[in-house]
Amino acid sequence: MIRIFKIALRNLMRYKRRTLLTSMLITLGLLMVILFSGLAGSFKEMMIGQITDSNLAHMQIHKKGYVSSIDTSPLNLIINQKGYKTLEKVLKENPDVEAYSPRIKLSAMLSNYTETTNVRLNAIDPKTEIKVCPNVSERMKFSGGQIPDILLKPGEIIIPEKLAAGLKIKTGDSVVLVANNKDGSVNGLNFTVAGIIESILGPQGKEGYMHIKDAQSLLRMGKPEIIEIALRIKEFDKLDDVYADLESALAKFKNEKGKAVFEIHTWEKLSPFVNIANMIDLMTISMKLIMIAIVLISILNVMMMSVYERIREIGTMSAIGTAPGKIMGLFLAEGLSLGFISVLTGNIIGIFGIYILNIYKIRYAFGRQENILLSPTISFSELAWVSAIVLVISVFATLQPAYKASRMEPVDALGHV
Amino acid sequence: MSLVQIDNVSRIYQTGEVQVKALQDVTLSIDEASFVTFVGPSGSGKTTMLNLIGCLDKPTKGKVFIGKEQVDTFDRRQRAAFRGSTLGFIFQAFNLFQVLTAYENVEYPLVMIKNESISKRNGKVLKVLESVGMLDQKDKFPDQLSGGQKQRVAVARALVTQPKLVLADEPTANLDKKSAVNVIRLMRAMRDEFKTTFIFSTHDPGVMEEAEVIHTLEDGKLV
Repeated sequence: MIRIFKIALRNLMRYKRRTLLTSMLITLGLLMVILFSGLAGSFKEMMIGQITDSNLAHMQIHKKGYVSSIDTSPLNLIINQKGYKTLEKVLKENPDVEAYSPRIKLSAMLSNYTETTNVRLNAIDPKTEIKVCPNVSERMKFSGGQIPDILLKPGEIIIPEKLAAGLKIKTGDSVVLVANNKDGSVNGLNFTVAGIIESILGPQGKEGYMHIKDAQSLLRMGKPEIIEIALRIKEFDKLDDVYADLESALAKFKNEKGKAVFEIHTWEKLSPFVNIANMIDLMTISMKLIMIAIVLISILNVMMMSVYERIREIGTMSAIGTAPGKIMGLFLAEGLSLGFISVLTGNIIGIFGIYILNIYKIRYAFGRQENILLSPTISFSELAWVSAIVLVISVFATLQPAYKASRMEPVDALGHV
Repeated sequence: MSLVQIDNVSRIYQTGEVQVKALQDVTLSIDEASFVTFVGPSGSGKTTMLNLIGCLDKPTKGKVFIGKEQVDTFDRRQRAAFRGSTLGFIFQAFNLFQVLTAYENVEYPLVMIKNESISKRNGKVLKVLESVGMLDQKDKFPDQLSGGQKQRVAVARALVTQPKLVLADEPTANLDKKSAVNVIRLMRAMRDEFKTTFIFSTHDPGVMEEAEVIHTLEDGKLV
């Protein structure tokens, strides 16, 4: 086997320029895939981090049917105190859950005493909210530019920036919130604007914030009730596994009709960014397909030329008794070696390229956040996967020429001019 | 004792509607350890005869025996295995592998066909290279050798597996007169040393003189 690869490598070196050009082409394809995967993957992770860490959290639990009617912020799909305790028990028992936070979603009328408009609000417990969405304050602008120790106190409200601009509201102003409760009665309360929050992708990204106790008072909830529980898990890579665990745990709770009481969704079901993320994945796959085409065409071309140029040599091999399988093996080894050299070079240059990109630090702005650092990375498994694709395609592309070589009749091959 | 037996063999090539009778009803026998040449003008059937004896081609009619084996009934794989185990080949254009040194060219059949271990094959390769007088050139690649030297390496490659029979189609055609005679004498010396049967073709009268048995072919027939 070593001898076969030794002969294969020497044959590759026999046509140095051709081997170099083909190897460079494959290396370039691989380099494109590595750099694109690194940059696109980093951008995707950064965006997902922004969305989950500042607004959505990793997962949300609601009363069954809430997410499908989320645009109307229905107050009849509440989780009562008993339900919340039950959910707390499930979440505490799951070792992968890092934190959870109760929320109330509501729509209200916001007035600055001269104008009134609709506002969607996210009522939170600031102490627990910061644990599930550690970057929530980064979207907010507070009086004096300083982030307060406690994000939001009772009696304070943080309103969306477009709404603040429309109503000419600034931090420190007094506003009135008027809301209907689930029974249809109306209630109003005064609030002080503690901050302005920028929008983020998705319907939940345009909500203001208020304290959960204020929401319970405004909605005249006799006993504390909530609409959703946002939760954060310890390892984001385990999202699907934790989701499956929690989904099966929640499925046990059924109403009198035998239907599920709760529903759980990952951020992917709640944010439109998942479409962009899927698009990025699709583009990465497209890059890989282009690379596969490059490898396939270049190696097939080189190996076909190689067989054509060495017909007499193949005839000699065959005449002196080399088995057809070994002749095929010689050419397969040649294709595989060409792929391997390109993979090795592509990986080295690719990793170096990612290192350079990290040194020169690519920055971009996203909403209020500026200078967000893009840190391209590529996992070992991704490198291994891409390398394996190149090697498999190298062998696949060599199959036809190698088979042709192995099937040559020595008497015809020896007579070839 | 007969090593090669050819019984009433014909080989006809069909090229479109044209039939070329390369060999017609040839019967002959060649003894073990003999030094035989086929002579005749171009197109007389010398190469076809060597191809049939060398299991590179099959007769259209008749039987070919090498030792006790009727080789014309072999399939592709059997013929390849038989060539590797029993026959050696020397070609007009030397046909050495350009990417291998003289040593590696001679070693090739032992590695790729016989699968012999490195310790076993090293001694064999060195011995046969010494016999053909190429031991001091063993690390040179074919393009660093003269025509005569290349053919010596080719002779060594043909002999290293200790075949019963070595076939050489016009082995001296690409050599000058002096080198040609030297190569033929080397082949005869190898026959004497290894007791291998040598069959070669030529149309060079100087080379013919070195042969012990001469078969003349004309228009595909023995004359």
